[in-house]
Amino acid sequence: MRNNLKTHLKRSWSERFFDYGNLLFMIVLIIITFYPMLYILFASLSDPTLLAQHRGLLTTPMGFSVDAYIRVFENSNILIGYRNTIIYVVGGTTIDVVLTTLGAFVLSRRNVLWQEPILFLIIFTMFFSGGLIPTYLLVSRSLGWVNSPLALIVPGAIQTFNLIIMRTAFIEVPYELEEAAKIDGANDFQVLVQVYLPLIKPVLAVMILFYAVGHWNSFFPALIYLRDRNLYPLQLILREILIQNSTDSMTITSATGNVEMVAETVKYATIVVVTLPILLIYPFLQRYFVKGVLIGGIKG
Amino acid sequence: MATAQQTLGRVQQRVARIKPLQLIARDWRRNKLLYLMLLPVILYYLIFQYVPIYGSLIAFQNFNPAKGITGSPWVGFQNFTDFFQSFYFGILIRNTLAISLLDLVLGFPAPIILALLLNELRWGPFRRLVQTITYMPHFISVVVIVGMMVDFTAKDGLFNTLLTQTVGGQPILFMQKPELFPLLYVLSGIWQNVGWGSIIYLAAITTIDPTLYEAAMVDGANRFQQIRHITLPGIMPTIIILLILRLGSTMTVGFEKIILMYNPLTMATADVISTYVYRKGILEADFGYSAAVGLFNSVINFTLLTLANRFSRRVGDTSLW
Repeated sequence: MRNNLKTHLKRSWSERFFDYGNLLFMIVLIIITFYPMLYILFASLSDPTLLAQHRGLLTTPMGFSVDAYIRVFENSNILIGYRNTIIYVVGGTTIDVVLTTLGAFVLSRRNVLWQEPILFLIIFTMFFSGGLIPTYLLVSRSLGWVNSPLALIVPGAIQTFNLIIMRTAFIEVPYELEEAAKIDGANDFQVLVQVYLPLIKPVLAVMILFYAVGHWNSFFPALIYLRDRNLYPLQLILREILIQNSTDSMTITSATGNVEMVAETVKYATIVVVTLPILLIYPFLQRYFVKGVLIGGIKG
Repeated sequence: MATAQQTLGRVQQRVARIKPLQLIARDWRRNKLLYLMLLPVILYYLIFQYVPIYGSLIAFQNFNPAKGITGSPWVGFQNFTDFFQSFYFGILIRNTLAISLLDLVLGFPAPIILALLLNELRWGPFRRLVQTITYMPHFISVVVIVGMMVDFTAKDGLFNTLLTQTVGGQPILFMQKPELFPLLYVLSGIWQNVGWGSIIYLAAITTIDPTLYEAAMVDGANRFQQIRHITLPGIMPTIIILLILRLGSTMTVGFEKIILMYNPLTMATADVISTYVYRKGILEADFGYSAAVGLFNSVINFTLLTLANRFSRRVGDTSLW
């Protein structure tokens, strides 16, 4: 409507100037945002020797070699990390989404006596928390979850902000639907599963995405609670390779003299292998999170 | 009308006659299943949120994990005064505030500006392209982000190559310069989150009544005047809410990224309260003391949040509560 009307009016030169400037800005923004990721991809597919000699921007891979990827997938640390991460993501996301849904649903119902005080106590934790050390002592000493996947899955199970977003989505479903289902003899749990969840599918999809990405990318709980390398998630292995610069375990097998060069492309290939799955999934959910979630977030 | 009021009056009388205990019993009979569904959620919050709040009492103890909270000796504010008098206190406060305020000045407005500019793009597909691409870095893990920074800023990395090729001079070891640390931290944060942060403002813009723009155009307002007088005021409540929340974390700088980014050379500007808590508490197992530092931090944050909220409520009418 707004755009229609605007095209009928003549644009002043300053507005035209603004439009072109804006366009230019956006193009620069796209390059600044996208090129670093593209560079990593090109570098990972490059021939290690050529890449080591090259300085500056890459517009295509230098030569072409999937050697680094082969090396990444031959590496037992990365494979174990992959397996562990998948376990933590699936287990964690399941618990997160179930708990968040239950909480959001009950706290969105009418005529629940204790709802307000409970909601207050939940929201309060967004603004004041016990902090790192008491939580660490609880999980590692009182619960004894050192070297346990539970330490990575349970303590952050509900993000209060997500719960509020979902609660808003439930509130927006017309109440008559619940009444109708109740008349047909459904109990509250059936109302949730059979009536409400199908209606808020977009929000549910976004919750799954948020929690899954959170688990996929998380490294800190693993860093403080896990000692056993066989339990390490991908991000911890990645930290050793990228930041502590220990590609040792990967290059020992290299028979050629160019150990260091191989390590560089292996680094890039590892980044791609760890990051690409998420970057490929998220655009499919993009339309949901703009629509469903954030409007809920504002009102909530 | 009169009858409706009479019924209403009767209902109110009946409600008033119900005793609290009856109310609780009736609520329980009707909502038993709902409460059962809520039980795991309540347990989660009790155990993982409220037990640690109770656990932060160790800040007032010379805490010994073997003896627990009940068995450890109380020392009053000793841990706090130790921290205030320690060599680190001034440095940590200064570093935390430097990074946090730089982020407030650069990082907070960035997504607002992006949202306003995105809203002015006329061609839908291009707008969606910009959005898709700028949201992407949000999904990259902090380990990879810091890994990319380390790689790009290395001596023969991408940044330095471009820098020496275009400007000339010697390569700059960005990650080893203490004076550059806050800027690197904030700019990489903007790179990662500016697109994602703009979503909430874009959503707020969609709730603005389109007839306002039409009326403004009829009155001869140009695009800048429309942005200034319609779009910006339209998203102002959202901006204020997010600003209040942001002020409530003034003293918290994400330690996850910093413990990946810092090294002995940048420690002088990179060490912040949260990383200090991590080192003292988890690496050195000085629990009572580190819990005190953490509690000090939480209390300041909570106070700032409350003050910002009160101020906003008094000045405008937007507030969190």
